[in-house]
Amino acid sequence: MARPPSSPSVLAEAFGPHRSYEPPGGWAGQASHPPDRLVKTHCCFCGQQCGIQLKVRDNKVVGFEPWEDFPFNRGMLCPKGVKRYLQNEHPDRLKAPLRRTDAGFEAVEWEAALGFTAQRLREIQERHGKDAVAVYGGASLTSEKSYLIGKFARVALGTRHVDYNGRLCMVSAGTAYKLAFGVDRCPNPWSDIPKAQVVLVTGANVAECAPITTDYLWRMRDAGGKLIVVDPRMTPICRNADLYLPVRPGTDVALLMGMLHVVLRDGLEDRAFIAEHTNGFEEVAASVQGWDPRRTADLTGVPPEAIEKAARWFAGAERAIALHARGIEHQSKGVENVLSVINLCLATGQVAREGAGPNMITGQGNGQGGREHGQKCDQLPGQRSITDPRAREHVARVWGIAPDEIPGPGLTAMEIMEAIHRVEIKGLLSICFNPLVSLPDSGYVAEALEKLEFFGVVDFFLSETAHYADVVLAGSLQEEEEGVVCTAEGRVVHVRQAVTPPPGARNDWSIYCDLARRLGKGAFFPYASPREIFEELREASRGGIADYSGISYEKIDRQLGVFWPCPSEEHPGTPRLFEGGVFFHPDGRARFVATEYRPSGDPVDDAFPTYLTTGRVVSQYLSGTQTRRIGALVDQYPEPRVEIHPRLAESLGIGADDWVTVSSRRGEMTLQALVVRTIRPDTVFVPYHWPGARSANRLTHRTLDPRSKIPEFKVSACRLRKADGPPEWAAQALPAGPSQRAPRRVPLRVVP
Amino acid sequence: MYGYEFFVDPSRCIGCESCVNACSECETHRGHSMIHLDFIDRRQTTATVPFVCMHCDDPTCAQVCPADAIKKTEDGVVQSSLKPRCVACSNCVLACPFGIPKVMSGPEQMMKCDMCYDRTSEGKKPMCATVCPSQALAYLPAEEILRSRRERPTNVFLFGNQRVTTKVFMMVPVEGQALSVDVVDYMWEQEA
Repeated sequence: MARPPSSPSVLAEAFGPHRSYEPPGGWAGQASHPPDRLVKTHCCFCGQQCGIQLKVRDNKVVGFEPWEDFPFNRGMLCPKGVKRYLQNEHPDRLKAPLRRTDAGFEAVEWEAALGFTAQRLREIQERHGKDAVAVYGGASLTSEKSYLIGKFARVALGTRHVDYNGRLCMVSAGTAYKLAFGVDRCPNPWSDIPKAQVVLVTGANVAECAPITTDYLWRMRDAGGKLIVVDPRMTPICRNADLYLPVRPGTDVALLMGMLHVVLRDGLEDRAFIAEHTNGFEEVAASVQGWDPRRTADLTGVPPEAIEKAARWFAGAERAIALHARGIEHQSKGVENVLSVINLCLATGQVAREGAGPNMITGQGNGQGGREHGQKCDQLPGQRSITDPRAREHVARVWGIAPDEIPGPGLTAMEIMEAIHRVEIKGLLSICFNPLVSLPDSGYVAEALEKLEFFGVVDFFLSETAHYADVVLAGSLQEEEEGVVCTAEGRVVHVRQAVTPPPGARNDWSIYCDLARRLGKGAFFPYASPREIFEELREASRGGIADYSGISYEKIDRQLGVFWPCPSEEHPGTPRLFEGGVFFHPDGRARFVATEYRPSGDPVDDAFPTYLTTGRVVSQYLSGTQTRRIGALVDQYPEPRVEIHPRLAESLGIGADDWVTVSSRRGEMTLQALVVRTIRPDTVFVPYHWPGARSANRLTHRTLDPRSKIPEFKVSACRLRKADGPPEWAAQALPAGPSQRAPRRVPLRVVP
Repeated sequence: MYGYEFFVDPSRCIGCESCVNACSECETHRGHSMIHLDFIDRRQTTATVPFVCMHCDDPTCAQVCPADAIKKTEDGVVQSSLKPRCVACSNCVLACPFGIPKVMSGPEQMMKCDMCYDRTSEGKKPMCATVCPSQALAYLPAEEILRSRRERPTNVFLFGNQRVTTKVFMMVPVEGQALSVDVVDYMWEQEA
């Protein structure tokens, strides 16, 4: 049974997270040792995939320089991008495979680690069947690696259970776009945003989670456009919102249906577009009939006048864009929330044109590309359905196997963890995923991990999840491997190798190829480089929805990115989808899909009367495996706080900086209050980047959207009370960051 | 960079501290940022204000310096104190109307934003204005900012009786309006 071999503090001593502040060699060495070269590449963090130049000296990344010619960000970077170089020569870096022993983790030879991993996976499969082993991937991996993981699971292991941490990210949006449009990609390039007259941002903390997009919004406003923000919190972009709708958590679908109600009531719909380019309008029209502004206001907490105004602005604009992200997607009705955004756009004809359309803001570094090429449990490369016989035939031919050798659809990420808890899945091989921090109900996740007969992890730092591993294979950082990623825009970009992995660590792709060989399937994994994997990916995607067959590394470099679909060498790529009103369904028409309001899977009641919503802060990224190791980013927002409106805080006798215990039906945590007027009084917010006692996911619940299987991170029920005292971790807590402190009071000065 | 000017627009700032972090990477001040990012009052608002040195035409810091250690270049950039002259007395820190200079405890010297003299002299933009994701800090030709922005630039500041003009421009709203920053004022609450 897998259990961490030592106490958290002993593990932390050995493996961190330690905070790195200075470039390798220290500040003093920098000026006298200029970098050998600048490598034009992309940031390793979010789906914006900003262009950045890494300074390289002696095979070490020692700093950064903006890359102003890359068109998406034109040199702009968020603080994570500015400091990302500090992960490269980090003291916590794993430089040897580790085996868990009773005494703790022990460095072992690669031969032994890989041999043991293959042997254990094989034993479990022989004893309990192929599907007793599952594979986790991640959406920060390059598309080459994503492709490889899917193929490894299905060909080398023959398991149907392969899924990825994008299940916590883009699947609600993807499911909805496939239903409505027949394709899972945002329709507009970002350069369309400043061309819109109205942008509706719903459930997207743009300033903190996609900071570069802020400039696009401000440029839209500079050109005279209006910004509508829908969020239970006043996020930083609200400071320039022309209209702010403080929606009650979990009621987004009703708000969007209420807006469509106003559109149809006032005859603002685009009849010609609906008739020529869509199916299913009548059913949706009927479904919004009951959502008059007053009823919508009562449920959503948004004033009727604001609902009317938002609807009229959006429908009345010549060009309007709706941007959405995890706020509406991390719900048990995440797909329906997105569908209701799409319904609003379809009904008003705000789609399939320059400056008009619904658009998802993809979250992870390769959030788009990582879901296109086969590490998703229901998909094969090219965004093909794994149940489509023609898709199976095509991919089987590329892989050199028979179509019926490809397993069927498997379980999704959270369902895999539940199957592990039920002891149906007994072996797990995971990369680029820290489920102990990122999945909901972390107490349950810890129980599940303890039940694994074998747990192998590929990672470059020892994540909290890896504490449970039997074997940890020291993999590679983003800057150590070449490959492509697909950005939030649908633009495929080229990540260049800046340095090689340090001695003792290995390229991720070679680890999987080596394991495949040891599982007797080496013939199917003959690659000598990521480029060779990419060439096969191009073939596997040919003719699919996400068709990369006309994309090459060289073409990406020439064009500074290629938007898919790109079906031939001559094809320039497709920055904007659906032009001319042609959608990806066989009949070329978009689908309206009716939605309905349902309560959250964790409803508020007298015992748990307050909504809990979770999310991110600008200086941290996802489960923090990387960013909790970068000193300046940690100092910016060192420990999680619970945001509480003063009205709620006063009613509970809670003051600024007080320790507060937040309890849900799963568990409780104690953290300091950040009493702010920028959140609804019926809602509290906790960011989720931390492990253990500081993990917001101790409180969240495992309800999944029935279609996308995304967990409902954004709506839980909780109760608060002033804590009896600080928690144990308070003794080691870092001092408050700038956004967590009371305002600086400048003393009166007398100038002589 | 001929024709380029520095513009600060607090209304665009999202408080991400990208400027602060990027400034700290400079080889001359090594881990210390010369930018001040103020969270006005996080209890009330997410509003934040980034401040670089405004590079006054007649710098108060230089006026009050007893060691004559603060110099302005021909192109109007007010530099950090000259190391051999600076006595770290903090007169400049107290006198600056914008609260910019800092006395660094290590080198015992006043250091401040010099608009990335090392970069601008090589035809690069200042680092903070290059990375700023919201372009609250922007380094652009004046005609471009006038053409592309809603807010208007000003470089005249009144501090009581002191009128200060600066090289750096502050973007200000065309018209003022009362703006509530409390969620409650935007909410619909059912009648009891």
